[in-house]
Amino acid sequence: MSDKVDLLSWTCPVPLRHYPTIVMGHGAGGQMMADLIRHLFAPAFANEWLEQMGDATVLAALTGDRPDAQLAFTTDSFVVSPLFFPGGNIGELAVNGTVNDLAMRGARPLFLSAGFILEEGLPLETLGRIVQAMAEAARRAGVAIVAGDTKVVQKGHGDGIYINTSGIGLVQPGVKIGPSNARPGDVVLVSGTMGDHGIAVLSVREGLAFETTVQSDTAPLYSLVETMLAAGEVHCLRDATRGGLAAVLNELAVASHVGIEFEEQSVPLKPAVSAACEMLGLDPLYIANEGKLVAIVAAQSAEAILAAMRAHEYGREAAIIGRVTDTHAGLVIARTAIGGQRLVDLPAGELLPRIC
Amino acid sequence: MRYVDEYRDAGLTQKLLAEIRKTVTRPWTIMEVCGGQTHSIIKSGLDQMLPPEITLIHGPGCPVCVTPLELVDKAIAIASRPEVIFASYGDMVRVPGSGRDLFSVRAAGGDVRIVYSPLEAVEIARRNPEKTVVFFAIGFETTAPANAMAVLQARAQGLKNFAVLVSHVTVPAAIRALMDSPEVRVDGFLAAGHVCTVMGYWEYEPLAAQYHIPIVVTGFEPVDILNGMLTCVRLLESGRAEVRNAYGRSVRREGNVAAQAVIRQVFEMTDRAWRGIGVIPMSGYRLRAEFAEFDAEQRFPQVQAIATHESPLCISGLVLQGLRRPDECPAFGKECTPQSPLGATMVSSEGACAAYYRYGRRHER
Amino acid sequence: MCLGIPGKIIELYEANGMKMAKVDFGGVIQEVCMEYLPEARVGDYTIVHVGFGLSILDEQEAAETMELLRQVEAMAEEAGS
Repeated sequence: MSDKVDLLSWTCPVPLRHYPTIVMGHGAGGQMMADLIRHLFAPAFANEWLEQMGDATVLAALTGDRPDAQLAFTTDSFVVSPLFFPGGNIGELAVNGTVNDLAMRGARPLFLSAGFILEEGLPLETLGRIVQAMAEAARRAGVAIVAGDTKVVQKGHGDGIYINTSGIGLVQPGVKIGPSNARPGDVVLVSGTMGDHGIAVLSVREGLAFETTVQSDTAPLYSLVETMLAAGEVHCLRDATRGGLAAVLNELAVASHVGIEFEEQSVPLKPAVSAACEMLGLDPLYIANEGKLVAIVAAQSAEAILAAMRAHEYGREAAIIGRVTDTHAGLVIARTAIGGQRLVDLPAGELLPRIC
Repeated sequence: MRYVDEYRDAGLTQKLLAEIRKTVTRPWTIMEVCGGQTHSIIKSGLDQMLPPEITLIHGPGCPVCVTPLELVDKAIAIASRPEVIFASYGDMVRVPGSGRDLFSVRAAGGDVRIVYSPLEAVEIARRNPEKTVVFFAIGFETTAPANAMAVLQARAQGLKNFAVLVSHVTVPAAIRALMDSPEVRVDGFLAAGHVCTVMGYWEYEPLAAQYHIPIVVTGFEPVDILNGMLTCVRLLESGRAEVRNAYGRSVRREGNVAAQAVIRQVFEMTDRAWRGIGVIPMSGYRLRAEFAEFDAEQRFPQVQAIATHESPLCISGLVLQGLRRPDECPAFGKECTPQSPLGATMVSSEGACAAYYRYGRRHER
Repeated sequence: MCLGIPGKIIELYEANGMKMAKVDFGGVIQEVCMEYLPEARVGDYTIVHVGFGLSILDEQEAAETMELLRQVEAMAEEAGS
């Protein structure tokens, strides 16, 4: 019997088959936990650094032949419910989310750590599928998962599984991207359709369930960023996760002390996302994305950067949506479909569907 | 989306605005009754594009905003009970009671669930026989048929663990109360298109005649709102106090007869308190006696409001009657924001205060 | 009050003793209660509020009204306003 993780259809490795669900012992630091690491995590994430199996993983000098390169470091935790949704699961989010945080500073992502908090009673098969998805996502993103931790909490004290990933990346010399770098006259772009992820997750939530073809857009964005940096002058990059496009634009406007104006109709939306928002009374500008970025670029670079994005698999529907102004600093104003104006404020809190 | 996008056309909007501009010869004050219309107007920026002769005031058509404080406190108390699963439309979950809101009940360990359809709440009751499921049945006449069907379904399925907390209000009595009020000055009404989809518009004919005001049944998209407004302005300019239907693709004079029959079967008219306004006679629905077993107020008689008090700073009632604009409230944008609302008109997404705040009217004072 | 969205009926069936429909809003499909629209047919558009169909959209009336509104447009243009 193989003790490797089967990546096509996950089957429980023999040494783990005594326990079809996670129990407290899996987090106790003893034989059970060692088995879990050796037969599930390690084979999935397989790489030379993980084989060290020490309390900490030693990485060689990262900057190599670029001593003036800078390191970037980030962390993120993933608590999404449900764990599985159209287009992905918490595993992909955990890898791509941290990879993208690094990419948004123009850093090539290199290494990730993965900390797991498992709820007693979580089926091993569920964990296996999530870990498999993380391994696949790491491969696609070109990162290695080199350190990890596992804890188990009592039943009722967790939503099945929480994952924390931290990541290290290398910022190429000369790259200066930051939220306070927007300047009046700059152009605002998005890399594709907005709201896909949030609607995909809502579509499987109890009480709201509806049928749709919308899938989560979770994706690793560094190679898209690399293409954009080569095509022109990028000032700001943000991935539009919780709070959606609206949250990002507000944060950038405030950080850079500028105003932002955009055309509502130029924001790309899948028709099904639009329809779901109408049905539930939600505004797509506030809905989470997991594989889309917002860029503020120098005006003279805008067309070249847009062309480069559209040639990339994660930027096919990229669009220019607006510009940075020196009026109404800190505020984001949209031109509505009928030619009116409205403020696009920060989201108030959790997005709720409405009947009125 | 078909039958939606074409009613948001910029060119048609501009031309209708131009026609309204051409038609008005004197100032007119028009009230749009429905909160959904308020939301659409503010979000699209239509209010800032109207000719100066038109004063648009926002009416009390926000069932969330007008749900009495006592009932919100009662909902919170019921939801806090360990044997209860409390189901609600999303709108109600952040409405502040005297102390806190339903959201914070969830944070404290209560089982509060958001549903899109009341039939979902019945399904939750069916799947959780050891719990009591209480559904917050709010709304105007539009939502009454759905809430009524939930009660009938619970009865048909023999469920003993389902109850509704009813807070239904009706429009014609509210218009009557507004017109009877000496402070309110409205020349014409845009009636609520989806309320009229259910109830028809024959109820408004005696109102138009008695108060000598035009009432135009109006939809929700910008082109619909302007169509309603143009119709109303034409009636005002020619001195005709009539009822017109500017939402004919959905509304017929008799309304939806099947829905009205079920409303009558499950509910009866009653006096209702409107938060911020007071008691309006025969302005709401309550469950008929034969459905008493499904009445949450009777199932939880021991649940009393602990101490019911409104914020002294909140002028929601004046806003709901169109007597003050949200940005005329001293607390607007300061003590009272969507993050820390003092009253329901700031919490509900189609409350006028929330609409004004979210879409930026506070920056144009 | 009252978010009501038009969608197209693509299937009619019965569940729990109620007439139901699958309604397509343009890439999103919801199960909608049709008890209040006994005359509904597949292919009709219906206005849906909280999972209930409340009216059948009168497509002819919609076309006629849209035509009238566009004539307002035309008249306004002719008048040079």
